[in-house]
Amino acid sequence: MNPLRLVRARPGAPFTVTFDDRALEALPGQTLAAALWSSGVTAWRTTRGAGRARGVFCGIGVCFDCLVTVDGLPNQRACLVPATPGAVVRSQAGSGHDE
Amino acid sequence: MSERRPVLAVIGAGPAGLAAALAAAARGVRVVLTDSAAEAGGQFYRQPARGLGARRPRALHHQWRTWERLRAGLDTHLGAGRATHLSDRHVWCVERQSGSFLVHTLLGPRQTDSVAVRADAVLLATGGYEKVLPFPGWTLPGVVTAGGAQALLKGGLSLPGRTAVVAGTGPLLLPVATGLAAAGAHVVALVESAGPRGLAHSARAWAAAPAKLAEGAALAARLALHRVPVMARHVVLEAHGVDRVESVTVAALNADGRPAPGGERRLSCDTLAVGHGLLPHTDLADGLGCRLDGPGVWVDAEQRTDVPGVWAAGETTGIGGAALSLAEGHIAGRSAAARLTGRVPDPAGWAPAARTRDRLRAFFSALDDAYAAQPVRWTEQVTDETVVCRCEEVPAGAVREAVGALGAGDLRTVKLLTRAGMGWCQGRMCEPGVAGVAGCAPTPARRLLARPVPLGVLAAPAEPQAEP
Ligand SMILES: Cc1cc2nc3c(=O)[nH]c(=O)nc-3n(C[C@H](O)[C@H](O)[C@H](O)COP(=O)(O)OP(=O)(O)OC[C@H]3O[C@@H](n4cnc5c(N)ncnc54)[C@H](O)[C@@H]3O)c2cc1C
Ligand code: FES
Repeated sequence: MNPLRLVRARPGAPFTVTFDDRALEALPGQTLAAALWSSGVTAWRTTRGAGRARGVFCGIGVCFDCLVTVDGLPNQRACLVPATPGAVVRSQAGSGHDE
Repeated sequence: MSERRPVLAVIGAGPAGLAAALAAAARGVRVVLTDSAAEAGGQFYRQPARGLGARRPRALHHQWRTWERLRAGLDTHLGAGRATHLSDRHVWCVERQSGSFLVHTLLGPRQTDSVAVRADAVLLATGGYEKVLPFPGWTLPGVVTAGGAQALLKGGLSLPGRTAVVAGTGPLLLPVATGLAAAGAHVVALVESAGPRGLAHSARAWAAAPAKLAEGAALAARLALHRVPVMARHVVLEAHGVDRVESVTVAALNADGRPAPGGERRLSCDTLAVGHGLLPHTDLADGLGCRLDGPGVWVDAEQRTDVPGVWAAGETTGIGGAALSLAEGHIAGRSAAARLTGRVPDPAGWAPAARTRDRLRAFFSALDDAYAAQPVRWTEQVTDETVVCRCEEVPAGAVREAVGALGAGDLRTVKLLTRAGMGWCQGRMCEPGVAGVAGCAPTPARRLLARPVPLGVLAAPAEPQAEP
């Protein structure tokens, strides 16, 4: 079983987002966090202090652990932002303004 | 022209907000229902995103009929122009002006532009979020809140990982474990720190809420169906891994709440879904100056807060599940409609909802007592190196030093000395953990803004948009 089969989903056509120069497939309606998780990516940020890996934690916009850079804009919460065709997603280091 | 209908802003489109919106719109009030999500439903009725084309979304839910009734009711009121649904709107502040309210919202998932809506009264139905107590390894990727795992699954049809441990305490762990298993994850174990003994003590409370008992029994049956082993009176001591979680150490607890010597086991997993109960969202109530009662918003028998013109319903007033939220929302909506249209509210009209509310509140308070009667000395497992504040990466040792060597006696001082709670999430995630490690009472933090707001928005005076 998988979630799509469980609810008998007929998703719209999948599309591609790039994540750190890798092409990942996403389904229409999925948030970036859901698309990344579905592709097996669980970490997309390193912390400001110790440079530790982080990804999604609360899943609903409260914790800010899932911050990511989308189309050049840093500090976007991947659990809230929908994946869009051709979006350029980059993992984020520190405050996102360091580079 | 016909008389102007008074406007009630309902913030939050979960069970509480939906029930309130329906009750109020049916009784002469114009409802503006505002929610940050793209679709109505809140946490309990979270739906797969439309583009995913789910033909059987009910497979991930229970009480689907109630949702269909709410959805149909909302559609009727939307169609008749008695209600408006503003989706993708994050309310960052509600401003009280003489005789009316200005609801300030940020647009869209990126939340860059602000729009204000004027209303005659406000109903807060903002729900809650998950509490997680810290333990070594809880910041590793692959460790998610139980509700967060549920949100990824229900909303994005995405499974967090293939092999999951669900751990912590509280009733939410059951639907999360069964949901993950039904969707194809291998759930290695449900690790619950409470034990059967304490739950038996609350048998009287269970008996008072037969529907809850049936719901619990149904979930337990589904756990068995998916062969999910339940480890009661066990805790996760540590999550292991380098760049993501690879395994967890679980341990049985003694009667005094400490890990029993020799009772440790290692479980392999790529996901740990963890939660220790929920906390009410109270930021908007804080900003309005509403009195709190414990962690939730204080309300009277009509669901009114102590600020005139402001009602509250659902988990923002205290945690108690979807059925309680529906009952509170219904009462709040009827009370608000009556008062806004100049009638005297008639509690006899909502007596069945009031009975449900009182019964469920008593049930959840007894359940809380049953859980509290079984100690878990979790702070002793938090090593000095364990990060307690995730945003500012403050280790437990720094909090202990602030309390010990530096003499901090309350959370505010601990925060000033360590920066714990000063980061992006404004202490929402770390407060219970920091309070526990510091040995201080958790003081509800006063947060004046419910969302981070771009400076440009704060600088520009808000003009309310034309009435929606
Ligand atoms: C992540 C999560 C998952 C859960 N999953 C389940 C489950 O599967 N099964 C179960 O029995 N219980 C679940 N619960 C418990 C659930 O909270 C309640 O049973 C029920 O949904 C509470 O209803 P409510 O109407 O009070 O709040 P909610 O359903 O939480 O609705 C609150 C709504 O308010 C919105 N909101 C909050 N703040 C703002 C703001 N500032 N601006 C705009 N909108 C805002 C939110 O987006 C949300 O839609 C979950 C809880 C959480 C936190
Ligand atoms: S995961 Fe918590 S804000 Fe996105």
